[in-house]
Order: sequence, then C-alpha cells, then structure tokens
Amino acid sequence: MGTYKTSDFRKGLKVQIDGEPWQMIEMNFVKPGKGNALYKCRLKNLIRGTTLDRVYKGGDTLESADVEEIEVQYLYKAGDTFVFMDNSTFEQYELSSVQVDDMWKWLKEGMVCNVMLFNGQPISLTPPQHVHLKVEYCEPGARGDTATNVTKPVKLETGAEILAPLFINIGNVLKIDTRTGEYVERTST
Amino acid sequence: MSDFRPAASLEMLQRRAELLRQIRRFLHDRGFLEVETPLLSHDVVVDRHLDPIPVTLYDDARQPNVGPTLWLQTSPEFAMKRLLASGATAIYQICKAFRGGGETGPRHNPEFTMVEWYRVGDDYAAGRRLLSELAEATLHRGPATQQTFRDAFLQHAGVDPLAATLDELLAVATERALLSAADAERFRADGDRDAVLDLLLTQLVEPHLGVSAPTIVYDYPASQAALARTSADDPRVAERFELYVDGVELANGYHELLDPSVLRERNSRNNAGRVADGKPPLPIESRLLSAMDQGLPTCSGVALGLDRLLMVATGAQSIREVLAFPIDLA
Repeated sequence: MGTYKTSDFRKGLKVQIDGEPWQMIEMNFVKPGKGNALYKCRLKNLIRGTTLDRVYKGGDTLESADVEEIEVQYLYKAGDTFVFMDNSTFEQYELSSVQVDDMWKWLKEGMVCNVMLFNGQPISLTPPQHVHLKVEYCEPGARGDTATNVTKPVKLETGAEILAPLFINIGNVLKIDTRTGEYVERTST
Repeated sequence: MSDFRPAASLEMLQRRAELLRQIRRFLHDRGFLEVETPLLSHDVVVDRHLDPIPVTLYDDARQPNVGPTLWLQTSPEFAMKRLLASGATAIYQICKAFRGGGETGPRHNPEFTMVEWYRVGDDYAAGRRLLSELAEATLHRGPATQQTFRDAFLQHAGVDPLAATLDELLAVATERALLSAADAERFRADGDRDAVLDLLLTQLVEPHLGVSAPTIVYDYPASQAALARTSADDPRVAERFELYVDGVELANGYHELLDPSVLRERNSRNNAGRVADGKPPLPIESRLLSAMDQGLPTCSGVALGLDRLLMVATGAQSIREVLAFPIDLA
C-alpha cells in the first residue's frame, strides 16, 4: 500500500481513511507568503457517498486506497443479493441490496455494468448511463398527444416506476438516464 | 509536445508589460535605483515554511551531481540588504523568485515575479505609506486602508490572535467548520499555534481584506516576524505589514530587523521547526549576517508579487491566466 504526500494531492485521488476508501473531489492549496502550506480537501466516501472536509498541513500523508473499477455482467438476483460476473475472468461478484441501493431500478439480466472493488471486494455499482427498458404497464396512451411535458407514471419491466409522456403505451421501449432516473425518449413501440 | 501555446492571452501579456512600465516609472520618479542581484546564491532565507530549490554548481559536466550547493532565491532580500549596508539608499528590483515544496495552485506558481524595494531612513509608517501609494498608482482604487492584524482577526474571526491559546483558536476553527474533530486533534498534537492562525487567516479573515479598497494589515504576531523588527511598544507584535486586494495577499513588508543576533536566533528556531517537520535545516550563516554585523541602516522594504497584482488588476481568477507559461507548460 502506497502513501500520498500533500504534494501528490489532487482531485480524483483515492485514499484510505479509517479503513474506508475516499475520493478527493476538491483540493485547494492555500499558503500565506510566510506561513504554513494548507491543503483543504473535500473527500467523498466511495462506499456510502457521504462527504467529508479535511485540512492537511504540508508534509502530512494519506494512505492510498486499492480501488479499481471493473466491467461486469448482471446475472441474477437471489434473495437480497445481486450477482454479477466478470466476463473475462468468470469471477463472480455479489452486492447486497443495500450496496446496489436505487440502482436495482435499471438492472436487467445480461446488462453490462461497472462494479467498484476495494481491496478486491465489491463496494458499489454503476449502471450504464443510459438503459433501454420495456414498459410493463401504464394507463393507455392518448393518441396524437405528443407533448412531453405532461407525464404519467409507467411501470418498467424491472418493476421500477418512472414518469413518462402521455403517448407512451405498454410494450414501448424507453431510453432512461440512470443518473437522473428520467425518461429521455421512446426508442421502439 | 503539442501544447506549445501560452496560458495567458496576448492581451494579458500586454497588460503585464504596462504594469511593469508603471511600476518602474513609479519607483524611478521617487529616486529608486533599479538593481539586479543573483538569482543563484550561496545564501538563502531561513524560514520554516519557505522551501528553496537547491542547485548543484558542478565543474565537471560528466558529474553533474558533484559540486557546491547554491540556492535559487525565494526573494532577492539578502543581496539587496547587502547593497544597503554598502551605501545604497533607495533600490528596487524586478526579478524571478522560486519556491519548492509543491507551491502550485490558483495563486501559486513555483517560479514567479517579485518586485522588491528598500529605502534607507523609512520607518514603519513610511514603509506602509509608500506601499499604499504604489497600490493606488497601479490599481487606481484609492489609497490603502490600514488595519492591525489583531483588529482584522477580532472583526472577521471573533478571536484575539495575540491572546488566545491554541485550544481557543482550535475551538474557533471547529465551530466555524474549518476543522473536523480529528483534524483539530492533529493540529493540537503538533502544538503549532501559528498553523492554526494561518488557517483562520486564510479561511476567515483574508476573504474580507481589501474588498472595497486595498487594505494594509500590520502588526503581525511576533512569532511571525520573519525579518521584521519586534515592536518596541508591544513585544507581542512585529513591525511587519501586508497588502491585500480582493482577498488576495499581494505584498509583504518589514520595518527591517537590524540586529544580527536576533536573526541568528530566529534562523535557529526556524531550522528547529524545519527539522521537526522532517525537512533539512538551511545554512544559518550568510553574507547578510556579515553585513548586519557591520551595520545595516534603518530601512523599510517590501516584496510584492507582480503576477498577483496583475491578477487583481485584471480580475483573473487563476495565476495561470497571467503567466505565459505556468509550471506545467514551462
């Protein structure tokens, strides 16, 4: 495990504090002409997503975190566990429903996602930025109404419910932005 | 490499040239002599928090690591004071200064341009007056208002920087969410009161300084005297002053310390601090000390960061905008 000196501090650095992985999302170097070099850092917890502000003095060190992101395929859900596989090594990774959090809404079997590993253990999931999911149920579409600003709830094949325009019908395939959870467009009827 | 283009616009480089002309005219009109002193010197300022860049002056090009160590100057202070001790009366210099130790940021570049001047006979008030006049002549935002370091802290941080204990300063830092409990514990363990003052200064005080008009902060804590003399009226403060505009530290000035024994003592203390920080000590003796042993005349001097002055004159948010080639493009 390596260490980072304050001179290595920069945005994006992944470090370990109290046994947890954090990413430096902001770093400000301040120094009075005749004074201490101070590094104001905002860190994001890579497991819980919480943020933390810390100030370090020149010469302080932080331990590097062994964090890597790998591409995996979603296989299936068993009870509270989501199972993924690295198609190049056939290694399987399990994430709990707590770790997957809201992202279950966009998970379809066979979908390729990113999983973050900390010391080789999966800690979080990032689905593709856009997913294409079929509408399982909604109130009938209003023919000819092409307005996209008036919406209704629709239920997707994954069980998730989102808001979509009135003209959407059962069986339509919708493109969804997973970062916002919002409807983008209809890609097939 | 393909990124050969400058970071600063050509318009900005024109503004830089105008500012240099203005400063030269201002100092020339007041009888200052422009001087040049070495950037590479055997001597170096001994400061706990200034990390000079060593250079090996080799004889044999096949052994470039063998030879005496010289230093790229963190400021031309030592050489300029040697000139004062040798009869010069009013001198200025515009030169490059260098700082190691990772000084790169929105207001820092490891190589930067320093304007430094000294005038024999200037006392504390005269030194501040001249700085205020130069700020007015270059920025056109009026003369500088003057505020003591203590008053600036009382007003913006709500704490007396001369009287408060380390724990009281840390309490302010945690109340104002500058430090987590864990951070505060590390600062407490270090026992460095000045580090907490630096934190409060940069985070709570500086952003308010020089906003409506340039501000000169003066009477710094004696623990931060650097090369300024300690006040005869109040031993808690040093006769050191700084210019701020729009929250940016632009210049640092002293009613200069003349007593070589005090400087030797401060050098030793700074070196002890450097060793405590895990850094090598710097040479304590210098030709400046020899000059001071002979006698340095009463004088006041100021070092001003030209790049930052250009930043506030043009509203630039980063020092990159005012440098042709910042360090990553150098």
